[in-house]
Amino acid sequence: MKTKIGFFDFAGCEGCQLTVMNLEEQLLQVLQLVEIVEFRELHSGSAEQIDIAFVEGSICRPGDRERLLEIRRRSDILIALGSCADNGGVNALGSDRTPEVLRQEVYGADLPHLYTETPHALSKLVKVDYRIPGCPIDGQEFLAILQALLLKQQPELPGFAVCVECKLAEYPCSFDYGQVCMGPITRAGCRAICIDGGTHCRGCRGLIDNPRTSPYHRILEEHGLTVEEILEQYRTFNVNERPA
Amino acid sequence: MKIELDYLTRIEGHAHLVIDREAGKITSCQLQIVETPRFFEAMLQGRHYSDVATIVARVCGVCSISHTLASLMTTEAALGIEVPVQAQLLRCLLSYGEIVQSHLLQLYFMALPDYFNTPSLFHLLDEKQELVARALRLKRTANRICEVVGGRPIHPVTTCIGGFSARPEAAELKKLRQELVAGLPDLEATVELFASFEYPQFCRQRETLSVAPDDRYPLHNQQIQSSCGTNYPATIYREEIEEYISPQSTAKLARNQHGSYMVGPQARLRHGQDKLSAMAKRVCSALDLNPNGLNPFENLKARLVEVVHFTEEALHTIDELLLCGMTQIRGKDTPSAGGCSTAAVEAPRGLLFHSYQFDAKGFLKAADCVIPTAQNLAAVEADLQQLLPELLKLPESQIKQRLEMLIRAYDPCLSCSTHLLKIDLN
Ligand code: SF4
Ligand code: SF4
Repeated sequence: MKTKIGFFDFAGCEGCQLTVMNLEEQLLQVLQLVEIVEFRELHSGSAEQIDIAFVEGSICRPGDRERLLEIRRRSDILIALGSCADNGGVNALGSDRTPEVLRQEVYGADLPHLYTETPHALSKLVKVDYRIPGCPIDGQEFLAILQALLLKQQPELPGFAVCVECKLAEYPCSFDYGQVCMGPITRAGCRAICIDGGTHCRGCRGLIDNPRTSPYHRILEEHGLTVEEILEQYRTFNVNERPA
Repeated sequence: MKIELDYLTRIEGHAHLVIDREAGKITSCQLQIVETPRFFEAMLQGRHYSDVATIVARVCGVCSISHTLASLMTTEAALGIEVPVQAQLLRCLLSYGEIVQSHLLQLYFMALPDYFNTPSLFHLLDEKQELVARALRLKRTANRICEVVGGRPIHPVTTCIGGFSARPEAAELKKLRQELVAGLPDLEATVELFASFEYPQFCRQRETLSVAPDDRYPLHNQQIQSSCGTNYPATIYREEIEEYISPQSTAKLARNQHGSYMVGPQARLRHGQDKLSAMAKRVCSALDLNPNGLNPFENLKARLVEVVHFTEEALHTIDELLLCGMTQIRGKDTPSAGGCSTAAVEAPRGLLFHSYQFDAKGFLKAADCVIPTAQNLAAVEADLQQLLPELLKLPESQIKQRLEMLIRAYDPCLSCSTHLLKIDLN
């Protein structure tokens, strides 16, 4: 029997699900092995039991909690899809203000249906088995993780920093261009795509496990920066992350 | 009697439709947007101008390119930063890529299953293998435009203040050109397919609003045009368009002095029909589409006309870029000490405004974004109100299907606004 997979979304931009849809021919090949039983954007219908649930987005509203718990109950494996689900992502940029203040600022009103809570990563509320970082996720990494699971292997994320991928591809270092780059402390897996695009890493894939002891930490030191400083000053995708 | 249709599917974002009827009469009909509010405008406050576009792109994965471009153009206008012509051409190409990929996604993945009576395109895999393969090929090519120019299909990485931080290789553009040409027979087959469907008949007078056509079909011009004859600069949008909050919806709605209006493919086509490419004009007649038509179900046809038009434009733009070279893709990033401005772009779903105010150090003080779906919501509701009585004699399942089809025809993208359509028929 085919493995049943489902896609679910909470507060996010649907860019991670769209990245999956953008796999096109590769997605067709995947469909030989798995059955998509739920994917609201593409498909009407729902399923009672799901082998692997991919969940995008952050949890912000009271109803979200119940829905997430209900998805967890139906799923053997639950995977956080993208940085919104993994660590709060860009949604967490507003966590320096209370939801009341945000509502006033954007809507100029405080109506009950606009009620939200500070955005949470999925792992705050349920057990998350695996995660696929990035804003958006990398399509090939998604396939690699799904493949590992189908082969009953443990999916693994790279333990090294974006810097490694950048050096391997021989891109010019962003710091040499006077830019501040989060590559030294950010988890690899995106092939340093932003640096290839002529800009710097903004850390969308989250922190590596040991940012202060990794070999590339010295790049930060050379430029007189600490991990805390860089996180504080350049926060975009890592509001909720603090190095261990 | 109460009918509940949970999770309206095959749309971007979450919404419910609640209809109350009493003794065969509709007493109320509301489209409720239940997408989680994400407060982007507030989250942008205090951010440096160089970070704004990257953050605001995350409003919407499907139209991240439009949000990026609207954002960059607003910041550039506010801070007096020039964009070289070659970069403007690259930006047009990027927009074409996004519109074509978004339209193809809507036509094949979201709308087509309605016309084949199937829950999803993938259910046609066994029966109609070639059709599914064609849909994927076409979408792939459109995404390739975004990839070659923007670095990746969603949330571009090469776009920056003043133009681009990296240029596509000429060889890549040539390859892309070949792929686009190779896709033309697939487009022909698509036109044939969509010409064969029977579209529900429905007509309601409406005002349409879009970026005004300049020497080209509406896209990045900073002048706004209404079918009522008004024409005004994007910068005064607040005098013309009022955003308001409804107790049912987490999206802000919009209206102008005449009430509701429509944005998107049909609006652009109505205003820009003379600027269509030769191929797109032929497609218009092949689809039997009146460019001034008012049947929202035919938004699908208008979308397909645009797919053809923008594909042709993409080919021309690639030629232009190859001819002029891409030596000047980034203007000088020398911002003035603060300022405010507004910019409009045509996103796949219609008119999009961004408006920012920056302090003297280049940090954002205030932001406002008016998105296409929010502008269309009132028009969708007005359509539903008129359409419903016409449908009441039909069996319930058909009523629901028709209503879903109408809503999908607008291709609402609610991630922007603030997700699932649920229809409640009381
Ligand atoms: S992680 Fe980024 S791309 Fe994915 S849903 Fe969130 S904002 Fe969108
Ligand atoms: S380079 Fe950095 S910001 Fe860019 S995709 Fe990779 S981790 Fe994300």
